[in-house]
Amino acid sequence: MTRFNHLKTTALAIALAGSAAIAVPAHADIKIGSSLAITGPASFLGDPEAKTLKMLVNELNANGGINGEKIDLIMYDDAADPNQARTFATRLVEDDEVVAVIGGTSTGATMAMIPVFEEAKVPFISLAGAVVIIDPVKKWVFKTPHTDLMACGKIFEDIKARGLSKVGLISGTGGFGKSMHEQCLSVAGKYGIDIVADETYGPKDADMTPQLTKIAGAAGLQAVVNPGFGQGPAIVTRNFKQLNIKVPLYQSHGVASKSFIDLAGDAAEGVRLPASALLVADMLDDSDPQKAVVVGYRDAYVAETGQPVSTFGGHAYDAFHILVNAIKSAGSNNPAAIRDAIENTKGFIGTAGEVNMSATDHLGLDLNAFKMLEIRDGDWTIVK
Amino acid sequence: MSELLQFFFSGITVGAIYSLVALGFIIIYNSSGVVNFAQGEFVMLGGMSTVFLFNAGVPLAIAAVAAILITCLVGIALNKLAIEPAKGASVVTLIIITIGASIFIRGMAQLVFDKQFHRFPSFSGDDPFLIGGATILPQGVWMIAGAIAVFIGLFVFFTYSLTGKAVLATSNNKLAARLVGISTNMMMTLSFGLSAAIGALAGVLVTPITLTSYDVGIALALKGFAAAILGGMGSPFGALVGGILVGLIEAMTAGYISSEYKDAASFIVILAVLFVMPNGIFGRSTIDRV
Repeated sequence: MTRFNHLKTTALAIALAGSAAIAVPAHADIKIGSSLAITGPASFLGDPEAKTLKMLVNELNANGGINGEKIDLIMYDDAADPNQARTFATRLVEDDEVVAVIGGTSTGATMAMIPVFEEAKVPFISLAGAVVIIDPVKKWVFKTPHTDLMACGKIFEDIKARGLSKVGLISGTGGFGKSMHEQCLSVAGKYGIDIVADETYGPKDADMTPQLTKIAGAAGLQAVVNPGFGQGPAIVTRNFKQLNIKVPLYQSHGVASKSFIDLAGDAAEGVRLPASALLVADMLDDSDPQKAVVVGYRDAYVAETGQPVSTFGGHAYDAFHILVNAIKSAGSNNPAAIRDAIENTKGFIGTAGEVNMSATDHLGLDLNAFKMLEIRDGDWTIVK
Repeated sequence: MSELLQFFFSGITVGAIYSLVALGFIIIYNSSGVVNFAQGEFVMLGGMSTVFLFNAGVPLAIAAVAAILITCLVGIALNKLAIEPAKGASVVTLIIITIGASIFIRGMAQLVFDKQFHRFPSFSGDDPFLIGGATILPQGVWMIAGAIAVFIGLFVFFTYSLTGKAVLATSNNKLAARLVGISTNMMMTLSFGLSAAIGALAGVLVTPITLTSYDVGIALALKGFAAAILGGMGSPFGALVGGILVGLIEAMTAGYISSEYKDAASFIVILAVLFVMPNGIFGRSTIDRV
């Protein structure tokens, strides 16, 4: 019998260790939940998000919390697995009884959690990219990152401004590339863009010269757009230079990081991409309302973690501040009151841009939120 | 015309990657009949170790040699710690052990290195050679030369050297090999070390083109394995030709039909070939004498 009990205890201990619950130990009043991909394939997104949230909660609590009440952040690691995310969502609602949730690093995890929060009537701010999260609008669901639809719009706007219109697409077949490819096709007509070539490559492919040779041969080609993520866009950029294709190349916000420039090397010269202002914090005009926000967040994050800042952590920064402002203006911990206050967010300046939410727009960003960047001498410059 | 040539150059460049990985499978397979699913991880270790040594200030050539030696040690450790203790286990069990090992190595790489993509500079710069209106990168030439060199090395090893023949004998009949004085344990250790070294060499050669991260091994091993099967498992020439063939089919499909179908096309050809030639193009059929 004792042996059996011992086994049970061991099993329980393993189960507890496996569930990887990381709760911030603080006896506080306002419970905020979070489920992020801190480990697993999307950990390069989830890790900075988790660090940002912890940093902001500690900072807020040290300054006295909201209206004297401290925040208790309950964080789980779903490793971008929708099944786990759903389990944690249920646990956040039923066991932890949180008043609001930030999270869902990946679109898959977010979509799995939405029904739980919709049913429990708990406001939920997602940190994932896809437009399906907020379109159609769901009463309790919001999100902070730009969508791929907006990235396409920003790129086409820039192509148009250069007096060009005939565009070749080379898209990754991974989730990100596929979704953005569809969005780009859907808005091309609206911007008067003519798609003259449409090719794809696998997420692990090592050479895209056949696809690019085909695109380069398309009649009247004036620009190439590469929706994609990971190492693919770096290889496309290198192949683009290898084949000496003379039209402008556009990358997506999915590769907006210094490592893209390192991987693509000299070939990255002249490549343009839409990105968050966070990436070019120091280059913003002093009159830019975002400057103080992005420089402040970046300095705090670098000081706290010793790692370079990423746009993904910025999404968590925006979500947390929108939520805290909503709780303050709602003046209560009632989830329904918080939801209404989030929906009324107006003129909030975050790392992603100016947020103006409404009953029909649970993202609240417009194309101005993106900066069009060009790579010059191995660094970003802002295209005016 | 220049289009066809460009597709051809792309095909043999990618094909050389597959060949290099396929060649690594052969030695372990020839000594034990085991398909080593951790082969892709050897390729990853070769690339990642070189990157991290290079970034730490070690000259590229020395970093590459050190990376190959490190991976060689990992291969030997894999044999000593995981394969040898399972003495007498069936081939299927050993294959499953290598799958476990590949997951373990990938996990360790995540901790020891990181989760980002990396590359180091090409050996001879990035200015492409222009031939007949098509381009090929100097690194692509390095890879093709590397694949041919490894092939010749393996061919000579298995055909003319006593040790190579001892490796083959070990796989044919362990007991008989021991009776004629071959240390079969030694042969297994040797074959894991060599396989790992060839995998790491592949990693060093391909990283400037494919880039590397802790998880590149799976995809590389899958394509390399397909190439080895197409050419005939166990034959060095088969691995070389199989890899180039798969690369060419992919490039031609992407160029002339649609990039959507390029992976499907290569696997359809592999299935078709195996249907007619179950042992691959250059594989020998095994005959069991009763």
